[in-house]
Formats: sequence, structure tokens, C-alpha cells
Amino acid sequence: MLRNRRNEILVAYILVAPFILIYGWLFIYPTIQMVQMSFTKAPLIGPGEWVGFKNYVRMFKDPTFFKAVLNTAYFVALTVVPGTLVALGIALMVRRLNGWMQSVVLALFFLPYVLPISVVYVIWDWLTNKQFGMLQGPISFFVGEPVNIWRTIPWFMPGAAIITIWWTNGFSILLFLAGLRNIPQELYEAAALDGATRRQMLTRITLPLLWPITVLCLTIQLILQMKIFDQVYLFAVGGRTQATMVMVQYIYEQAFQKNSGGYAATLAVALFVVVLVFSILQFQILRIRGQR
Amino acid sequence: MSVLSPPRRRLDIAAILLTTLTVLCALLWFFPIYWAIITSLRFDQETVTDFALFPKNPTLSAYIFTIENSNLLRWYLNSTITSVTITIITVGVAACTGYAISQLTFPGRKFLWWTILASFMVPVSALIVNHFIIIAGLGLLNSYMGIILPMLLHPVTVIVYKQFFDGLPREFREAAVMDGATEFQLLFRIFLPMNWGVTTALAIITFIGAWNAFLWPFLAAQDETMMTVTVGITAVQDAFGVAYARLLSGAVLAGFPVALAYLLFQRRVTQAITLSAGIKG
Repeated sequence: MLRNRRNEILVAYILVAPFILIYGWLFIYPTIQMVQMSFTKAPLIGPGEWVGFKNYVRMFKDPTFFKAVLNTAYFVALTVVPGTLVALGIALMVRRLNGWMQSVVLALFFLPYVLPISVVYVIWDWLTNKQFGMLQGPISFFVGEPVNIWRTIPWFMPGAAIITIWWTNGFSILLFLAGLRNIPQELYEAAALDGATRRQMLTRITLPLLWPITVLCLTIQLILQMKIFDQVYLFAVGGRTQATMVMVQYIYEQAFQKNSGGYAATLAVALFVVVLVFSILQFQILRIRGQR
Repeated sequence: MSVLSPPRRRLDIAAILLTTLTVLCALLWFFPIYWAIITSLRFDQETVTDFALFPKNPTLSAYIFTIENSNLLRWYLNSTITSVTITIITVGVAACTGYAISQLTFPGRKFLWWTILASFMVPVSALIVNHFIIIAGLGLLNSYMGIILPMLLHPVTVIVYKQFFDGLPREFREAAVMDGATEFQLLFRIFLPMNWGVTTALAIITFIGAWNAFLWPFLAAQDETMMTVTVGITAVQDAFGVAYARLLSGAVLAGFPVALAYLLFQRRVTQAITLSAGIKG
């Protein structure tokens, strides 16, 4: 038996070894290196002189950093709650359908989610093209003239937010549909016997029972959208990127365009901490759900 | 799918109106993709004159131009090699790790599990700078290994496997051990084949994620011959100018494999997404 026990431990270590190797090397090590680098004046590649908390002091005085934080927060505000509401609405609509019709309609709503961001970018760049884009028709109707969305600052973030909702919503729709499926059918039957109207069933049964899923969708979206980079970068490239700068983009700019690795690491630590705080929040919510 | 049927089935005007509205919304939601496909089938000069819902003279000329005048086929190869490798390694490593944590007892097991749960919360995009330094230090920029390595961080797949193995009855293991099966046989002959579905689902979603990755491949492969297709199609923009049929043909080709993967394995994709969000679907 002891032999077996020792054998089991050996096998276990062989099985987890590749994972530990990858994680130690590409996750723990870079994390430590990032924190250490944030206290130096290092360029992107190569060693740098130790400067203590200078980078952190600089960060809290850096107007572009605050701009990036505000833009990220603005983007999060424009996507998280509106996106989740849209997904809930779509899920409620899709659930009513049956059979092949449901599969087809769900696929139409879900397809954007599996596309790469660069494809989404090309598609919407064409749709919003100032001269020939299909969307300029409706835009002209409401504002009176075509708008160059990606070069007009007040339009930029809302535009990016709408595209992001279109792109990422499939995920939340699937979660809501799974949630709807888990609501016991008997509740509706009992309610029908009691003479409840459809509206009452929606507001008294469906929505309250979907609340945990709603919280889950909101937190997943929140953490995802805080890390926004691709869309904003692609649509802003060639324009005045400073005005629409978001957090990951500022890290990118400092590291790869300004060659200040130390300061970029400081910004990355800031992003790290912010996302971590919200993730712990999410984890707590998940745990509370799991305990019930 | 019958479980999804509405609570009451009564043919009335409200229901018909709602169904029509739903279908209209779905078509509208899909329209950008449709419009991209249709535009890519026009002659370039006609993209700005022909706005009909079907092209008057459908043509593949934009596709031929893109394939002949860019590295698209090479990018396709790069994307395929990197995505398939990432998928195999990620799913393989996750299956082994999940199995060990779920079924075997060894010192450090609890600690490892908590580390994985904790790493789930860490934004990998904050690590791009240091990943770049590590990969550049090894001279792996513009190489497949360089693109692949940092994209192997997928704690969620380990979590899904662990929870899945947890759900299997203990007796399986005990009975097989009695029969003299070795630990490796247990994993590869019994436990993995028993949940082929989960493995397929995780593999598809990992593949889609790897194919679609933008930020890391964009940093790791600046050399045009080493780009993945998702990065490459944004790089041709300057060379092609305002030639939307061409740009869109590249986009359609870049999105095609993942769209096909989804359409073929719709149920598996749904399963993978609900599992990774921690919902028993």
C-alpha cells in the first residue's frame, strides 16, 4: 500500500509538472519581474536604475494616466450594464422560439462573438465609412450630416461601445439562456393555475430567478471591458489617440512607442491591482452562489 | 430543445408579433456580417456605386487580388500552426493537471488549486510588457514558439476539468485500481474517454480563442511573414488603400474558420461557455 501511495504522488507530480513549469515561467515570474521593474527607470529591453517610488509618484501626477482611467471607466459604463440588458432582452426573445427556428435565430445573434476583433473592425469600418458606409444613412437622418465617427471625439467611445456590445454579447446571451432553462417549469404551471398574466410571470418569476446570472454576466463583462484595447487601438490608429486613450493602450504606448519599460510596468501594476480587486469581488459572488 | 419552449403555447397576435420582431432583430444583428460578405463579392469600383442587397455582378476578384497581393496564405498557415499547437498543449496540460488535483492526493495539492483559482483573476494583458521582454530575451520574437508560449495561460480549462472529474463517482477509480490499471492508463483509457464531450468543447473554444487573439500576436510577430491572419488583415490596410472589397475579402477569409467551427459545433461551444462561467447548463 505504501508503494502505491508513493507511486501516486510521483504520478501526480509528473502530471502537474508541465502546468507548474508554464505557470511559473510565464505567469509568476513575469508578475514578479513587472513589480520589480516598476521601481526602475528601465527601457523596454535592458536593465535600469532603481528609482524607488518615483514612477508611482509620476503616475499619480500624469494627466494622460487619468485620462486613460477615465476613458476606460467611461467605456465600461457604456458597455457593461447596457450590454447585459440587451443580452437579457435577446435571451428572453430567443427562448420563446422552438426547434430549428431557435437554433437559427440564436446562431445569428451569436456569430459575431466568434469573430476575431480585426474582422469586426474591418466590417464596422466599412459600415461607418463617412462617404459610403451604410450607417451614414441613419446617422444623416438623425444629425443632418454624415459623421466621421472615429475622428470625432464625442462619437468615438459610444461607437466603440456599440460595436463591443454587438461583438461580445453572444456570451451573455448563452449564460442567460442557460439560466432560463434552469428555472423549473412547474413554477410557471403553478402560476398559470393561479391566473397569473404573462407580465406577472416575467416580473415575479423569471427576472428574480435570473438575478444571480445577471450579476455573473455583469461582473464577467466588467472585468473583460476594463482590459479594453483592441477595438480602441484599431479604430483610433492614425488619429489623435491621446483623446481616446485607455489603460492597456497607455501601457502599450509607454512600453513599445516611448521605450520606457519601467513606467509601463508601473501602469501595468495599476491595471493589475484594479482588475484584481474587481475579480476578488466576482469570486466572492461566485462563491456565495455556489454555497446556496 | 423542447425544454426551452415557452410556458404557454397559445396562438395569438402578440406571440406572432413578438416572433416576427425577434426574427427581424436577429436579421438586423447579422446584417453587418452579411453586408461584409456581399461587399467582398463585388468589383472594387462597384462597392461605392452598387448598394443593392445582392451584388449585380458577383465576382471573386477581390479574393483573388487579396490572395495574390498579400501574405494571406502564409498568415493562414501561421494561424493554423499556432492555434492548433496552443489548443493541444492547453487542453492536454489542463486535463493532466485537473485529473491530478481531482483524483490524486499529493503534498501541495490544495496550494496548487488555490493558486489556479487566484490566477484566474489576474489580467494577462497587464503582463504583455514582461512577456515581450522574456520572449525577446530568448530571441523568440517573430517565431511560432514566441507567439504560442504566452497564450498557454488558460486556468479556466484546468478548473473545468477538475470540476468535471470531481463529479465522477469514486468507484470508477477504485475498481480500475483493483484491476491493476496504472495511473496513466486510468487517465488516458478511462477518465478522458469518458468525457470526450468536455474535451471537444474545451478544444473548440480554445482554438477559437487562439485564432482570434490579437494583442499578443500583434506584439510578438511584427515581421509580415510571421503574422497571424487576424493581425495580418489589419496590416494590409495601408497597402490596399480604400479598397473595401479587398479588405473585406481578407476579413471574410480570416473569420471563416472560426465561424465554421462554431456552426459545426454549436452545442459544444455553448457547453464550453456555460461550463467555463461555472453554470451547469
